[in-house]
Amino acid sequence: MLAEIFFAYFAVVIVLTSILVIASRNPVHSVLWMLLLFFHIAGLYLMLDAEFLAAIQIIIYAGAILVLFLFVVLLLNLKEEIKGRPFSRIFVIALVLAIGMAVVISSTMKLLPPGPVGQYSMDMIRATKGGNSSIIGRVMYTEFLFPFEIASTILLVAIIGAIVLAKKRLRS
Amino acid sequence: MPGKYIPSDYLPILIFLMVATAVGLGVLIAGSIFRLKRPYPEKLMPYESGNLPVGEPRYRFSVRFYIIAMLFVVFDVEAVFLYPWAVVFGSIGFYAFVEMMVFIVILVVGYVYAWKKEAFNWD
Repeated sequence: MLAEIFFAYFAVVIVLTSILVIASRNPVHSVLWMLLLFFHIAGLYLMLDAEFLAAIQIIIYAGAILVLFLFVVLLLNLKEEIKGRPFSRIFVIALVLAIGMAVVISSTMKLLPPGPVGQYSMDMIRATKGGNSSIIGRVMYTEFLFPFEIASTILLVAIIGAIVLAKKRLRS
Repeated sequence: MPGKYIPSDYLPILIFLMVATAVGLGVLIAGSIFRLKRPYPEKLMPYESGNLPVGEPRYRFSVRFYIIAMLFVVFDVEAVFLYPWAVVFGSIGFYAFVEMMVFIVILVVGYVYAWKKEAFNWD
């Protein structure tokens, strides 16, 4: 019962803050609502027993990605955007579509078969020394080695892209 | 599935967050109850040490901040990958060391590129 209450709290706050992110007139307020949203998603990860993911959610998303968002917001010229209306004219159509989507998902959700139960159950993670982060490390550095190395290439692309975009005058 | 399990080890953090929120809201509410209310238009002006404000407070920031922010994000993500690596380093051993060196060398290429393109210089 208590777990359901916690889940309901996180779910309601996540939905409300996501609406506020897109409905705020001031983009800086949007970013701050998104900060609250990220913290509540971290709470949801904790309830899934993904402690490492919850910590990463706060460090990377709330700490680093939002800084980037804030920089982009400050780089834009915001005077016109703040004066304008937050919702465009297609708002009514978007709302109807969103409600329709919610009805379809909620009515078909129970028909989906649950996925196969893997090796890494909650009890197994709990019994391992080092817990969550040790299991993630073991899986990532043995089984999913190639995706891990690909991640470094993607980060390299991000560095080069940012420099090419923002550094016009190249003295080489 | 969420809604089935309570991370009870995190109760102190929950209490901490609740106290922090209560203090923040409590100060604002107490202030709005006890303070004097004498509004006049000068109070809404931005305070510039007694001078009249010159220009808009919002102006476009230099795009150089964006490079710094982007580099910060990239190396922050790299540092996060080091954490589970350090935890399992003892059990995987030399193989894990080689993996991480490949990962870091690829990122150092980006670092050297940023350095050579003078992304760290401010002119």
